Amino acid sequence: MTTMTTLTGPVLVLIDHHAGAVRPPTLELLTLARAAGDVTALWFGDGLDGALPLLAEYGVTSAYQVVIDSPVANAMHLPAVAAEAVAAAVRQSDAALVLLTSTFENKEIGVLLAREIDAGIVVDANGVTIAADGAVETNQSAFASTWNVRTQITTPRAVVAIKPNSIPAEPAPSSAAPGVVTVTVTPSEDALRTRIVERTERVATGRPELAEAQVVIAGGRGTNGDFSAIEELADLLGAAVGATRVATDEGWIEHTAQIGQTGVTVAPKLYIGVGLSGAVHHTGGMQSSGTIVAVNGDPEAPIFEIADFGIVGDLFTVLPQLSAELRARLG
Amino acid sequence: MRIVVCVKHVPDLQSERAFDAEGRVVRVGGEGTLNELDENALQVAADLVAEQGGEVIAVTVGPADAADAVRRAFQRGADRGVHVVDDAIAGSDVFGTAVCLAAAIRRLGAEARVDLVLTGMAALDGLTSMLPAALAAELGLPQLTLAARLTLADGVATVRRDLDNATETLTAPLPAVISVTDQINEPAFPSFLGIMAARKKTVEAWSLADLSVDPTAVGAAGARTRVVEATPRPPREHRVLIADDGDAGRRLAEYLIENKLV
Ligand SMILES: Cc1cc2nc3c(=O)[nH]c(=O)nc-3n(C[C@H](O)[C@H](O)[C@H](O)COP(=O)(O)OP(=O)(O)OC[C@H]3O[C@@H](n4cnc5c(N)ncnc54)[C@H](O)[C@@H]3O)c2cc1C
Repeated sequence: MTTMTTLTGPVLVLIDHHAGAVRPPTLELLTLARAAGDVTALWFGDGLDGALPLLAEYGVTSAYQVVIDSPVANAMHLPAVAAEAVAAAVRQSDAALVLLTSTFENKEIGVLLAREIDAGIVVDANGVTIAADGAVETNQSAFASTWNVRTQITTPRAVVAIKPNSIPAEPAPSSAAPGVVTVTVTPSEDALRTRIVERTERVATGRPELAEAQVVIAGGRGTNGDFSAIEELADLLGAAVGATRVATDEGWIEHTAQIGQTGVTVAPKLYIGVGLSGAVHHTGGMQSSGTIVAVNGDPEAPIFEIADFGIVGDLFTVLPQLSAELRARLG
Repeated sequence: MRIVVCVKHVPDLQSERAFDAEGRVVRVGGEGTLNELDENALQVAADLVAEQGGEVIAVTVGPADAADAVRRAFQRGADRGVHVVDDAIAGSDVFGTAVCLAAAIRRLGAEARVDLVLTGMAALDGLTSMLPAALAAELGLPQLTLAARLTLADGVATVRRDLDNATETLTAPLPAVISVTDQINEPAFPSFLGIMAARKKTVEAWSLADLSVDPTAVGAAGARTRVVEATPRPPREHRVLIADDGDAGRRLAEYLIENKLV
């Protein structure tokens, strides 16, 4: 990979972190950012020091630590405040490109930021490249992953949100300790009209995050609320457990497990969907998966139209047999 | 309560969709429909007005057939409907669309105060979820996005939302822009009376000139992104479909191991 030097300024990467740990999709962003230019990391809140070695390993040359100067509780979690802070960092670093992970929260920050810095924005992208003339171009899939689209951002500055599991993250060939700059931002009154009166961080399940997992096993109405066969297989494969809206609405599993257009978008290497029909609302959130496996009792279920490996059968016999066989063969 | 609900006419999710040579979306067969999440927003508006009185105004931006979304909003209780339509709007990005919607909402606001602007959390054709925040910024109003619950009291909106790694309760003073998820309610089917009443209503068509919007600020001219290439993806190959004869679990294990997927 040749390093492009046509961007007019560095690439600013918003580092998502949770409980002091850098979220894995961020490392994909850093890998993409390195190919586009000089990489500046943007970190909200405490804990940057502990993450610096990892950021350096992935090619970060300088890091901005954002301090929100406000007595308002949870101010830095307000998208409008975060957008103002990122905009301040863009101005200070003269960044030409801002990369974020494509989550609902970040997309909201991204669009407010883009408006503030007169940038074009693409979200849910799978990749970003710099064209010969220096323009930022993105790749994304459209229409339930049936099309590939290349989009050019025509403004001098660009904001791009990248979906998790878009590319393999790779450490930089060489690295040096990044310099740290503190950016103190006082939010505008307008940004503070919305307040967060309560915020409960989700406790880790011990399984990989749904959007980040390499293997996802999803269950639907056909489980009838019994996810034990799915969980057994998930434990075996280190997989995340997902569900359809029917299963989450029934309260069989928490709402955060919902995959689809109004839930989480997943693109794992392997997706196994059992006892779910494959409604467009669901498939819209998993159709970019590498390999799709489906187990359903109904040979007419739409999920079979997109499955690489489909089994017409009962999930309660197929899954335990699969787990037993994998356990026997993989040790 | 005077409530504006932004609605969008989208291709039927079941219909085949493609790009034309200019990178614009074309629909192959299938009728367009009202974006499903807008049904949730319209239901919120209808419920609020049933409770507190007031008016629901549906607003859309788009080409001629987009007016269909407003007509469907009439069936779901909208009292009035506005269609911002102008040749110069074609090819708008999220900011151009927000400029058009905001101009229409400001004009409505000049007639009488608008208390609330509601949208669905995303348009299910593009799914970017960016419009609500862009619109709030354009209007200079606070935004509350992804509302799974909404209550209004003393001129303050309180919303609960579920994010990837947190659940939040947020508040904002009205007027505000609020986007709602499918968790907020179960939209009712249009009633016979609603359908009959909708037939009598007319969609008000407003042009950019009517709204004093600079045509070069919107549409393809004002867009900050452009599609340079769109190619259909090759269909998945070597697909396997088997019926379980008692060993499907073992055959799947074999497949997963062979393809190095586990
Ligand atoms: C605005 C809107 C947004 C939505 N967003 C989402 C979303 O984000 N995600 C989502 O998932 N849904 C969403 N939905 C709901 C979606 O339309 C479907 O209703 C839902 O996905 C269906 O869930 P299901 O496949 O579990 O149930 P069903 O469609 O009822 O399918 C159950 C399947 O299980 C099979 N089955 C039953 N028993 C067994 C067995 N023992 N072994 C094997 N197979 C069995 C049946 O053959 C059937 O095909 C949304 C709907 C709307 C209107």
